Amino acid sequence: MFSHGILERNSLLLLVGILVVVAIGGLVEIAPLFYIESTIEKVHGMRPYSPLELEGRKIYIREGCYLCHSQMIRPLRDEVERYGHYSLAAESMYDHPFQWGSKRTGPDLARIGGKYSDEWQRDHLADPRSVVPESVMPPYAFLTNTPLDYRDIADQLKANRTVGVPYTDEDIANAAKDLEAQVNPDSDGAADVTKRYPKAQVRDFDGNPAMISEADALIAYLQMLGTLVDFSTYQADAPENKR
Amino acid sequence: MQPSAAANPMRLDLVLVPALLGLALVIGLIEAARSPDPLMVIQAWTFVACLAGVGIWFLKRYGGGVPADETGAYQNDVVKAGVIASMFWGIAGMLVGVIIASQLAFPDIFYFPALPELNFGRLRPLHTSAVIFAFGGNVLIATSFYVVQRTSKARLAGGSWPWFVFWGYQMFIVLAGTGYLLGITEGREYAEPEWYVDIWLTIVWVAYLLVFLATIWKRKEPHIYVANWFYLAFIVTIAMLHLVNNMSMPVSLLETKSYSAFSGVQDALTQWWYGHNAVGFFLTAGFLAIMYYFVPKRAERPVYSYRLSIVHFWTLIFIYIWAGPHHLHYTALPEWAQTLGMTFSVMLWMPSWGGMINGLMTLSGAWDKLRTDPVLRMLVVSVAFYGMSTFEGPVMSVKAVNALSHYTDWTIGHVHSGALGWVGFVSFGALYCLVPWLWRRDRLYSNALVEWHFWVATIGILFYITAMWVSGIMQGLMWRAYNDYGFLEYSFVETVQAMHPYYIIRTLGGLLYLSGALIMAYNLWRTAARGDVRKSEVSGTATAVAQGA
Amino acid sequence: MEGLTYEQVAGFAHSWGMVYFVVMFLAVLAYALWPSNKARFDRAASIPLHDDESV
Repeated sequence: MFSHGILERNSLLLLVGILVVVAIGGLVEIAPLFYIESTIEKVHGMRPYSPLELEGRKIYIREGCYLCHSQMIRPLRDEVERYGHYSLAAESMYDHPFQWGSKRTGPDLARIGGKYSDEWQRDHLADPRSVVPESVMPPYAFLTNTPLDYRDIADQLKANRTVGVPYTDEDIANAAKDLEAQVNPDSDGAADVTKRYPKAQVRDFDGNPAMISEADALIAYLQMLGTLVDFSTYQADAPENKR
Repeated sequence: MQPSAAANPMRLDLVLVPALLGLALVIGLIEAARSPDPLMVIQAWTFVACLAGVGIWFLKRYGGGVPADETGAYQNDVVKAGVIASMFWGIAGMLVGVIIASQLAFPDIFYFPALPELNFGRLRPLHTSAVIFAFGGNVLIATSFYVVQRTSKARLAGGSWPWFVFWGYQMFIVLAGTGYLLGITEGREYAEPEWYVDIWLTIVWVAYLLVFLATIWKRKEPHIYVANWFYLAFIVTIAMLHLVNNMSMPVSLLETKSYSAFSGVQDALTQWWYGHNAVGFFLTAGFLAIMYYFVPKRAERPVYSYRLSIVHFWTLIFIYIWAGPHHLHYTALPEWAQTLGMTFSVMLWMPSWGGMINGLMTLSGAWDKLRTDPVLRMLVVSVAFYGMSTFEGPVMSVKAVNALSHYTDWTIGHVHSGALGWVGFVSFGALYCLVPWLWRRDRLYSNALVEWHFWVATIGILFYITAMWVSGIMQGLMWRAYNDYGFLEYSFVETVQAMHPYYIIRTLGGLLYLSGALIMAYNLWRTAARGDVRKSEVSGTATAVAQGA
Repeated sequence: MEGLTYEQVAGFAHSWGMVYFVVMFLAVLAYALWPSNKARFDRAASIPLHDDESV
């Protein structure tokens, strides 16, 4: 006969053995990343997303853009020539979650900002094949006539601050105002937006000043992608940037 | 013969499970009533409706006392339910796969500007989650409940808790799936469900682990059979991966949206540590458990080498856990982590092939059965596909190869040779075994239909993976092609255009595979629901009585 | 974080990680091949074959 105590212990031993084996592997690999400064390069220009850009990023995630577009340019000759400077870890330091992607059914978007006009982006989103006949991208015409829901934008910033994005109290207090001002260059708050979020682009993105639409937010996000870091001051060979 | 509640007066589970469901119902109603987020309101009502349905079902099952199924030698009804759910979600998931493949092949026909819910970006998570978590997960839960009882010679522990696991898991699927269509996602592949769905899954999963462990504790067999090791590793490791990878900060407890606890490079490594090991422990370890039970059982001979299976187990789980970074080659992830990931991925080839050899050689001396038993052939071919994709995987993890293959359809082809060939076929094999065993039939309704399924699906897989090899490698080469003047030869969209014929072939392959599954569903339905092959009633009932007494 | 640099943490990970791996592997191999375990494994291997099928 077998004592039940020993049998139970055996299965628990098995359980503990499995846990130890799988936990150590993960820990050893992941933990160092949290210890080190040098995972993320020293660069100039990175800042948290402006409220409008953050809303745009939410739409980017909601529509599953990451399933066909990467945001990670590898340091390979053809990629750098096609898309621009290879991506730095620092460029996604405020990305919760990261959106590097794993598949390029469409092109990389890490540096899409400024490559096309707002009108092109708008037309292309609404009906991709009207601008690029061979495209297989889905149509997003509804974005231009869907009002952006930003009732809780201050809470969105707060949640980001909880996970480490350095939004200030002032940023949070002015979140809704900054969002509205970024699509209205003539407003009083427009200057504050660029003060709080350097290089933020302030204009009506969707061509319809009467409404802040989801297209405004998404295009604002696309137009800033990859434009923040000042590569004229970035030194890839500096010891602190060697990994 | 008719055990009643009186015979078993105190069943704690019949208090705890309804209490838990009731608590969930209250929380669901609060969310539905108070949330300012319209999407959360829809999700909450969905949750409440599901709970109401489960509650009614629960009353019907337990209202008249404890069912005979829960007093016999083995508890079978929950496994039967799992078989049906597997088939249902499998067909649903494959159908969505065919739809999104058609969208990429014929975007003008299969996109609807008025229906953002049906755009590729929302349907793709629906496809991946439906086939991996809904189909695969149900197969794993059902087979694990079946296997752990037989190899422990003990009835499932927990009474109605296995049913909580079953229904709770279906609710997880419904919430996650409808959420994707509404655009609710955390935006990380294979971990898309939002924070509240993650919490629900955690509760269900803990119950699953406890039911499984408690059944092992009740066992009358001194040794814990190796299939149960694999099941246990699958359950425990998925729990760990799920908890760590889904740490996130909800905007508020009444909102769907949350922000991942990690950012950028840390988030990427955590995600692919999760993503790769979901392959390793969900799609590999779990289904290897199926192989280690169903192949010996069907071939009627013990596994080729039990010692090899022990070495296979420990080396597989040890090495797998390190291989995640190969998803991030040449990215901003530090170099050493990439190299480590590559090294372990190449090493992974050895335990994988050890396992494959162990599965295949179990048939030594019984190879002739492959000719006569199409179900066994399906199981064996699945092991062969396992060997093929676990060879391809290490090759693709080598940085030089990955530079070409990453971001292309080659990855998609690789995933599908594993998913359709290995996971799909081993699941089909197990389900073909289970239905006659559970529904007490002499045999399947039609072996000829199994043959049809086998060949239609195999041709489908070949279409699929060869199309993806060609398109993936071709696109990778086109991206890096230079012309005589030193400029990039092709614009991006030219490479998209070149994919068109292969996307059509891929769709055709998927359609064939789906057709095979439909043939299977018909065959299983005829076997189970129709009496065509019912066991001679006398002997069947006699055994049931003997067991139940 | 004080005093620990990235190189130190990473160095520890890949040197001691290797030792840990080798020790693990040898332990498993010894367990699997230990002669006195053979009888138990043979019995375990036949578990699926003598579970009773009905119900």
